[in-house]
Amino acid sequence: MPGLSEAGLMRVPSADAVTESGTRLMNRAATARLLLCAGLLGLAGSAKSQEIFVSNERDNTVSVIDGATLEVTRSFPVGRRPRGLTFSRDGRTLYVCASDSDAVQVIDPDTGALRHNLPSGEDPEQFALAPDDRTLFIANEENATTTVVDAQTRKVLAQIDVGIEPEGMAVSPDGKTAVTTSETTNMVHWIDVPTLTATDATPVGQRPRAAAFSADGRMLWASSEIGGTVAVIDAATRKVVETIEFAVKGIAADRLQPVGITLTRDGRFAFVALGPSDRVAVIDAKTYKVVNYILVGRRVWQLAMTPDESRLFTTNGVSGDVTVIDVATQRPIRSVKVGRFPWGVAVRPASGTPERSAGAAP
Amino acid sequence: MLARLGTRQGGPLRVTPPRRRTRRVGLILLGLLALPAQAEPLAIHYLERRIERPTPLNNEDPIPDDEGLKGAELGLKDSNATGRFVALNFTLDSRVVEPGEDLRAAFRALGERPRFVVLNAPAEDVLALADMPEAKGTVFLNVGAPDSRLREADCRPRLLHVLPSRAMLADALVQFLAYKRWTRILLLSGPAPADALYAEALKTSAKKFGARIVAESRFDPQGGDTRDTALREFVLPTRGPEHDVVAVADEAGAFGANLVYNTAAARPVIGTQGLTPAAWGRPVEAWAAVQLQSRFRRLAGRAMRPIDYAGWMAVHALGEAAVQARSTDSDTVAALVLSPRFEVGGFKGRPLSFRAWDGQLRQPVFLLWPGAVTATAPIEGFLHHRTELDTLGPDEPESACRAFRKPG
Repeated sequence: MPGLSEAGLMRVPSADAVTESGTRLMNRAATARLLLCAGLLGLAGSAKSQEIFVSNERDNTVSVIDGATLEVTRSFPVGRRPRGLTFSRDGRTLYVCASDSDAVQVIDPDTGALRHNLPSGEDPEQFALAPDDRTLFIANEENATTTVVDAQTRKVLAQIDVGIEPEGMAVSPDGKTAVTTSETTNMVHWIDVPTLTATDATPVGQRPRAAAFSADGRMLWASSEIGGTVAVIDAATRKVVETIEFAVKGIAADRLQPVGITLTRDGRFAFVALGPSDRVAVIDAKTYKVVNYILVGRRVWQLAMTPDESRLFTTNGVSGDVTVIDVATQRPIRSVKVGRFPWGVAVRPASGTPERSAGAAP
Repeated sequence: MLARLGTRQGGPLRVTPPRRRTRRVGLILLGLLALPAQAEPLAIHYLERRIERPTPLNNEDPIPDDEGLKGAELGLKDSNATGRFVALNFTLDSRVVEPGEDLRAAFRALGERPRFVVLNAPAEDVLALADMPEAKGTVFLNVGAPDSRLREADCRPRLLHVLPSRAMLADALVQFLAYKRWTRILLLSGPAPADALYAEALKTSAKKFGARIVAESRFDPQGGDTRDTALREFVLPTRGPEHDVVAVADEAGAFGANLVYNTAAARPVIGTQGLTPAAWGRPVEAWAAVQLQSRFRRLAGRAMRPIDYAGWMAVHALGEAAVQARSTDSDTVAALVLSPRFEVGGFKGRPLSFRAWDGQLRQPVFLLWPGAVTATAPIEGFLHHRTELDTLGPDEPESACRAFRKPG
């Protein structure tokens, strides 16, 4: 759930500070140097380049791409059919949904070693880490529930009934609301986090896959793969305010299948992966108009942006690669071969980020 | 519209134990907390004529007695799981009639004007029911009869087809052959009337996509035991001019499985055996099909077959229409299902919908051998201005169906 890991990331004031000071001091290109800079400023424990982690659904592995060289530096085995993946805020813990192993795995991202499994419920597909950095909301595709787990105590806090085939998960930036999309019920289910109960459901287009909150938490974006639309929902009223459609000349409408969504912090753009059309749509997040389609690899699934929002990484399931997009020019700049059926992607937060601020919402 | 849900208290599905021939599957949601006022449930009926089947030739799993019904039951479960979030619910009343018994009497016994009947029966039964005066207001969803004529000259208003027609299956297969440039077909048909219809469909598709039937022969398995004689027996009927594939039309499975690897020339067998076109099958996995497969297996204890898929899809389509319309009012649901703007998901990677000119559900067709999905039709490159799905089966301009073209 790339949108989520970023949402988590965005909440870290220090990460923003790193980005801003970085862009002010250095030219905006090299992430490696940016982080090195952060290191010199004493923010990072070790000077390391950005790392992008990709789950390979059919290989049961995770590939690690170096953000500076854009090459795969290593890969390590994980549980069966890995899909969603996300990081703790300090980047020192990687969580992986190993769907067919019925586990959320807690992994040391440096070594790839499995620390332990979290109880996850059956068939965990995607998940979202709340801003408190410990509450995981896990969509259990096989049994129509959302499992809520405390990643620190490793205890299941609740299992919440939702619609059939829950898939996308997101937590609002204030940590008070979680949502899950159900692919066969075709709804966004709203979960009140303090009481851990489902409070409402918003019907959306056929087969909703992914959900992402805007940085201000006011809007929820939800993609409908088969409906071919993205719904923008007012988080306060839980009503759809806009339904975005897509059109690419020469591609049948039913191949334009929105899946992964990622939004920029400044609220300007939304990027939506369009599955078998091999395109990423760029949407003006204020007017809801599609402004561009970027050609990527085959069957694009998920997206993740670097913290400085200069680069976007897409997983392309059928071509088995990751497309690197330059966000400023909205052009693909590189394709990186990874494992078979890459699905999830997450950018590792710079390691050694100082203590996160206390008092994060539960 | 607002469903308050606690944790882990979804009501269990209550199913009364099956009685012979008449089974009633009602769904009662228990303990489902403060739901807003429930509307009347949408009543769906499932009506089946059981067919006599030959004994399996090669110890295959027999065609299950509950084929179709189990799919409809899963569709009901799914629809109710969805419906509870918008305070809608559904019931399924199912009746299975033995061969030789009167299906029309069974229809009358469904009670006052049943609105939605999922029908798993041969073509003659489908027409007999659709033409009953008592069925004037009934929407039938055909899940058992692949006969192309029901979508063509013998089509009826309010008769929808969830199962693909033989024409669609044949088109899918021949698209694949055209893509591979295996366009020279030697056709071998069995003696049953259904085999002739299957062969006919293949010939029509060959013409449509530029393939050619180079020779045609018949095979009657009567009198011999093909398990013993296949090695010699099939040489003669499959000897012929140069061909790329041997197409077999043997719907009942009387000999086709034994033809595979026993042809005169080293050519693949396609058609009812070998590489087969079907709406669903065990190896289907993509587009989250695996979720549906495992839900079905949990319910039925066996693999989901094409007619099960059609049964599921029929009830799912009604459930989805009700949810989209936010109503279980049968007129509202019927109007939406029959309208061209209705779209429904079906684990096939595309929105599915009913063709406005013949009531056929447009859908991808899989090309399967028992081990894998070899390809999915429409095959890449077969284009259509509306949707590529309309390259499978008769398109609007060539359709012989008039029943859907009412004025207004």
